[in-house]
Amino acid sequence: MTTRNTEPRTQSPDAELRKVFEKPALLLKTEHSLCPGCGEPLALRTILELLQELDLRDRTICVCGIGCYTAFPSIIDIDVLQALHGRAPSVATGVKRTLPDRFVFTLQGDGDMVSEGLQEVIHTAARGEKVTAILLNNGVFGETGGHMTATSVIGQHTKTTVGGRDPERHGNPIKISELIAPLDGVAYVARGAMHTPAAIKWTKQCLQDAFQSQLDGRGFSLVEILTMCPTDWFVPPESGTQWLEDNLKTTYPLRVIKAVS
Amino acid sequence: MNATVTIDIETCKGCVLCIPVCPPKVLEMSTAVNVRGYRYPLLLEGCTGCELCAKICPDFCIDVYRAEARDGMLPPPYEGGGEGKV
Amino acid sequence: MECYPLLTKEGARGRFEMSLPPPDPLLRKEGGRVLMEGSQALAEAAVQAGCRFYAGYPITPSTEILEYMSVRMPQVGGVCMNAESEIEAIGMVWGAAGTGARAMTASTGQGISLMQESFAELANAQIPVVVVNMCRGQGDYFQSTRGGGHGDYRFIVLSPASAQEAVDLTFQAFHLADKWRNPVMIMGDFLLSHTSELVEFHPIDERSLTPKTWATTGAAGRKAITLTPLGPSEKLSTNVAGALAGVVQKHPAIRRDEVRVDCGWLDDAVLVVVAFGFPGRFVKYAVQLARARGRKVGYVRPISLWPFPSDAVTQAAAHAKVVAVFELNSGQMIEDVQLAVLGRAPVVAIGGISHDHSGFGVGPMLNVEYVLQRIEETYPQ
Repeated sequence: MTTRNTEPRTQSPDAELRKVFEKPALLLKTEHSLCPGCGEPLALRTILELLQELDLRDRTICVCGIGCYTAFPSIIDIDVLQALHGRAPSVATGVKRTLPDRFVFTLQGDGDMVSEGLQEVIHTAARGEKVTAILLNNGVFGETGGHMTATSVIGQHTKTTVGGRDPERHGNPIKISELIAPLDGVAYVARGAMHTPAAIKWTKQCLQDAFQSQLDGRGFSLVEILTMCPTDWFVPPESGTQWLEDNLKTTYPLRVIKAVS
Repeated sequence: MNATVTIDIETCKGCVLCIPVCPPKVLEMSTAVNVRGYRYPLLLEGCTGCELCAKICPDFCIDVYRAEARDGMLPPPYEGGGEGKV
Repeated sequence: MECYPLLTKEGARGRFEMSLPPPDPLLRKEGGRVLMEGSQALAEAAVQAGCRFYAGYPITPSTEILEYMSVRMPQVGGVCMNAESEIEAIGMVWGAAGTGARAMTASTGQGISLMQESFAELANAQIPVVVVNMCRGQGDYFQSTRGGGHGDYRFIVLSPASAQEAVDLTFQAFHLADKWRNPVMIMGDFLLSHTSELVEFHPIDERSLTPKTWATTGAAGRKAITLTPLGPSEKLSTNVAGALAGVVQKHPAIRRDEVRVDCGWLDDAVLVVVAFGFPGRFVKYAVQLARARGRKVGYVRPISLWPFPSDAVTQAAAHAKVVAVFELNSGQMIEDVQLAVLGRAPVVAIGGISHDHSGFGVGPMLNVEYVLQRIEETYPQ
């Protein structure tokens, strides 16, 4: 079988094969330790492609939260300021207020942003800080091994909601995008997903619109991206996409929730 | 051929996401395993270079190639045969 | 009733104007002396030391720093954020300092407690920040010097006993933070924050500092970097152990180079009194009075609480019969004194927890008469 090192050749004398798709230019290494079927690297690819297309590498500072995606800063060719669990929004505020001409985005999971850091993201949004928060929402604390977060859906089995999340015992999920959108100071909020190529493409457009709202100085932007976590949904890797469609997307519909022009 | 992909089979983690997403259904999981113990996709004939498998791969394993006519004219007719055999 | 003037329009306007910093021309006079409240003097020193980012949360007795910065920072093109919590305040300071800016926050013990996770990790990330703890009493000694957070980090801790010393130590704090790439804490207290004294502002020579190539400013023209408490800054590196070892490798050098202490009357002292902060100033005066009475008393006033001036205490204790520790807590610095004395003389606590009805640590023990009485009681016969 082929490996990446082999350049394919066509037998036809009239044509040549041109490489049309490969790893993002800003990705320094394709090997990472995230699980088979994880949706977070797909979000990373989308973000890196966009940063490259918009020529933002040189002035981007990513403020990264704590989760499985904390493995990414080391393999991407942009400056990354690592923050603590839930604290990326305030750190991003400090960065952007000090260097207003830089492009600043946070990369956070649902456990990070909606559980630990709920206060931070709400205040940063209400203040209208001109940063883009990117939420990788898989409805679970992935890195710690599968525990309920503020976005875990009703009926979802985790190690702390054994048998399924029950509103009586475990409370209800928080739809952070809908919660944040009405705040003055928020310029753009959208929710996308990584479970189909069509959703990926749609989400990329949402990210681009969010990035543009920051570049135009219109205020705070949030893009929530549903990602697959088959490991901590306790399903096989190949079933993650269907699980997202059936269980996560039903609670968190994909849509543009706010877009201030 | 019109198109093909190269697959970094040693980096593949056998998640199988590329298999159902391929429109002409030319990807099939191997029976052999790579150095990590994962099975990996094999490419059959008929790749159209649509890029969907590459886009859905969480491990950046797939590069996509499409044929272009050398002299700027229309691409050659489909001649059959992707990289690799079953 | 005396409170009526504050309720009138004139009273309200007066209170508003009182909260504003002194007019600019007074401050710009190099070497000129200004009468300023301690908190404001410290904040002004920070601004003159190049601090251009401040984030804080109102909490007594640190609030005046936030109030001063909210007027002063815009005047110098800086940023002052009234954060929505102490945790967010230190987070914002983290972000600003991560870009290489000089950044500061202030709080009191309770707020400092909230910030501890960030403190420990800022030290691990080797990001320089200045933190002011305007303490209530002196019960935060352990929190500051042992570290109220997790892990093996240390803050450099400086303890002024006057508004002028607070000004001088603020200039030094920003310099030391950058020099060692380590957070620095200034331990003030209620007296410092609310006592007005004459101060002068003298910037220090900072030419020895190196450019902040570790700061995340956007990777234009260079390789991208990660600034993180979790490991190395180079992309693709896995040398986590090396990165974290680098944090503590600085400690012996800091201990060697950054001790600050004020001592007096030690040559023939049979009783040595150790005290820090404003209480140290009370002790110094009480010792002066005791000397006038013929008592052979001396004092050691640590100015750096970490690194603790152990050598000074050891030397002072070498010929003393008793070492007394006056601190407004249940006994914290006394442990460092005991370690330095190491059995050469008995170590006696002559302070204690002392609050008035406000709870801010200006209780009956903070009184020269009281200190003098305790010195007499402890003086060896």
